[in-house]
Amino acid sequence: MSDEAPAIRLTDLVVGFGNNTVIDHLSLDVRRGEILGLVGASGGGKSVLLRTILGLLRKRSGTINILGANPDEVSSAAMRAVERHWGVLFQQGALFSSLTVRQNVEFPMREYLQLPPRLQSSVAITKLGMVGLSAVDAEKLPEELSGGMIKRAALARALALDPDIVFLDEPTSGLDPIAASDFDRLIKTLQKALGLTVFMVTHDLDSLATVCDRVAALADGKIVALGPMSAMLASEHPWVQAYFRGQRARNNSIV
Amino acid sequence: MESNDLLRWNAGDGGQIEIEADGPWTVTNAVALDSLVDAAAQAAGTGPMIVDMHGVTAIDTFGACLIERLVTPAKARGQKVVFKGVLDQHRSLLDAVARVSDHTPLPPKKRSPLAAIEGLGRSLIDLGNDLSALLVMLGAIAMAMARVIRRPRSFRLTAAVNQFDRVGLRSVPIILLITFLIGAIIAQQGIFNFRKFGAQTYAIDLVGILVLRELGVLIVSIMVAGRSGSSYTAELGSMKMREEIDAIRTMGLDPIEILMLPRVLALVLALPMLTFIGSMSALVGGGLVSWLYGGMSVATYITRLRDAISVTHFEVGMWKAPFMALVIGIVACTEGLRVQGNTESLGFHTTESVVKSIFLVIVLDGFFAMFFASIGM
Ligand SMILES: Nc1ncnc2c1ncn2[C@@H]1O[C@H](COP(=O)(O)OP(=O)(O)OP(=O)(O)O)[C@@H](O)[C@H]1O
Ligand SMILES: [Mg+2]
Repeated sequence: MSDEAPAIRLTDLVVGFGNNTVIDHLSLDVRRGEILGLVGASGGGKSVLLRTILGLLRKRSGTINILGANPDEVSSAAMRAVERHWGVLFQQGALFSSLTVRQNVEFPMREYLQLPPRLQSSVAITKLGMVGLSAVDAEKLPEELSGGMIKRAALARALALDPDIVFLDEPTSGLDPIAASDFDRLIKTLQKALGLTVFMVTHDLDSLATVCDRVAALADGKIVALGPMSAMLASEHPWVQAYFRGQRARNNSIV
Repeated sequence: MESNDLLRWNAGDGGQIEIEADGPWTVTNAVALDSLVDAAAQAAGTGPMIVDMHGVTAIDTFGACLIERLVTPAKARGQKVVFKGVLDQHRSLLDAVARVSDHTPLPPKKRSPLAAIEGLGRSLIDLGNDLSALLVMLGAIAMAMARVIRRPRSFRLTAAVNQFDRVGLRSVPIILLITFLIGAIIAQQGIFNFRKFGAQTYAIDLVGILVLRELGVLIVSIMVAGRSGSSYTAELGSMKMREEIDAIRTMGLDPIEILMLPRVLALVLALPMLTFIGSMSALVGGGLVSWLYGGMSVATYITRLRDAISVTHFEVGMWKAPFMALVIGIVACTEGLRVQGNTESLGFHTTESVVKSIFLVIVLDGFFAMFFASIGM
């Protein structure tokens, strides 16, 4: 696995707003087919890092390489071809409010694939079923959903095109523990079946322990610890220690 | 025996069918597979169904859904379905899809044959609701006003001043320009047409009376409805959408007092001011045309104007302005609060706000015309 080119390679990335440098010379490789969990303090720049990788924020310096393409070098048409192979779950869901849940999931399919309508809607309903939404929920508008349902619908949309990489910004926050572990299992299933690479921002210690192949800890704009859970627990960095050996971690009996 | 490189099937005598799937079952082949799967499902008899998948090189959710569609009818009829040669890495996806596949899409809603009549009835009810919603908002604003008069400290002065700046002072340039042009156009038309019977000085009467009594306030109201009413609705609507208004309520505060009252008051103060400025600008426009196009001196224009118009004409126009402002503000706030959670409804209600307030402003102007005529002003 590791001898292949990485799915995402970040080198010396710097991102900031005004004189506030949020990401400071960060380097990170995400391997193909792995589930990487990114942890970090609230306001530490996880969403900013994610948005920079997605090209929604401008970086100050450094290079980004996704699926072998460097957004600074390849043409915008080539970049669009790469974008078709990733799916994004935003922290707030970002569902299209004037479309029903099913239409939201069908939207990327309609834009990228020419499918028979019946197949398109049955795949959409299946994806929604996989994330735990019923056919009745599929015909609802986003405003009629609960917070957790919005998360699930947004995940179904992120998975609509069977992407190679999915970016998840706190996917299990707002879900009950049962739904959250269902979700973890789903991610694992899809990863196995589709060879999915998952870049997941999460604070859920259970997710980190059960589904993530590796965990990256972001502090002071850098990756301060990287590796499987055991590496996190062994880390000497004070913030990482506090995070993984704190009361909540003990309650989750991870230590 | 059907032959192609993705799906082959062989129906046996005992009603059983052997199906062999091959190659990549992915989205690239989805269109071809879609019809093949339907054909194979048709061919199935009443016996057991054997699906051999050892030749499948890749599968994604689209392929898995198609496999599911292939076997669902047989399963539903209670036939035995056997999968053979499923690769381990494909099995988990197939299982995941199979677990959720019993959800069939709901049939689309049927249109009732009486839909047209139902629509008519609904729009009548809506009209009634519209009127009562406006009255409710008027009442709520009046109550808030009464509370504020009792406790002047609670008035949001900063907000009101800020709104006055936005809807009043900042619209001065565009109002000046538009009313200047309107005044000029009326004067030009008046001079051009009255000249035929040598009565071109009456064009000045026309400009004076029309602008001061009717057009000044009407043009300004329409401009303000389009410029400020729409922005009130959009602001309040997106606050409603993002639950900001609910947040204010749960803090025990009154959104009417905090958001609507300063806005409506700012409008009630701004509109008379804009009407005054606009009317003056229109008179200047008329004067300029009379001088350049009609060949009348400035002195003639002013003398004639002084003879033609009285303070009454001016008063009639100015009296109407605050009422127009109230209508625009109330419609804008009402529509803003009606916005639902989606962006489409925000656009819809912003349009509604502008259309309704312009309509009501013109209707109200008609009532004022009758009223002032009957009291002899
Ligand atoms: N558009 C922006 N303009 C200015 N500063 C911003 C912007 N977006 C984020 N920031 C700042 O960047 C920092 C990192 O924010 P970010 O949203 O990445 O946090 P986070 O790690 O995702 O936190 P959380 O776990 O709470 O989601 C914060 O200090 C934030 O104030
Ligand atoms: Mg975040």
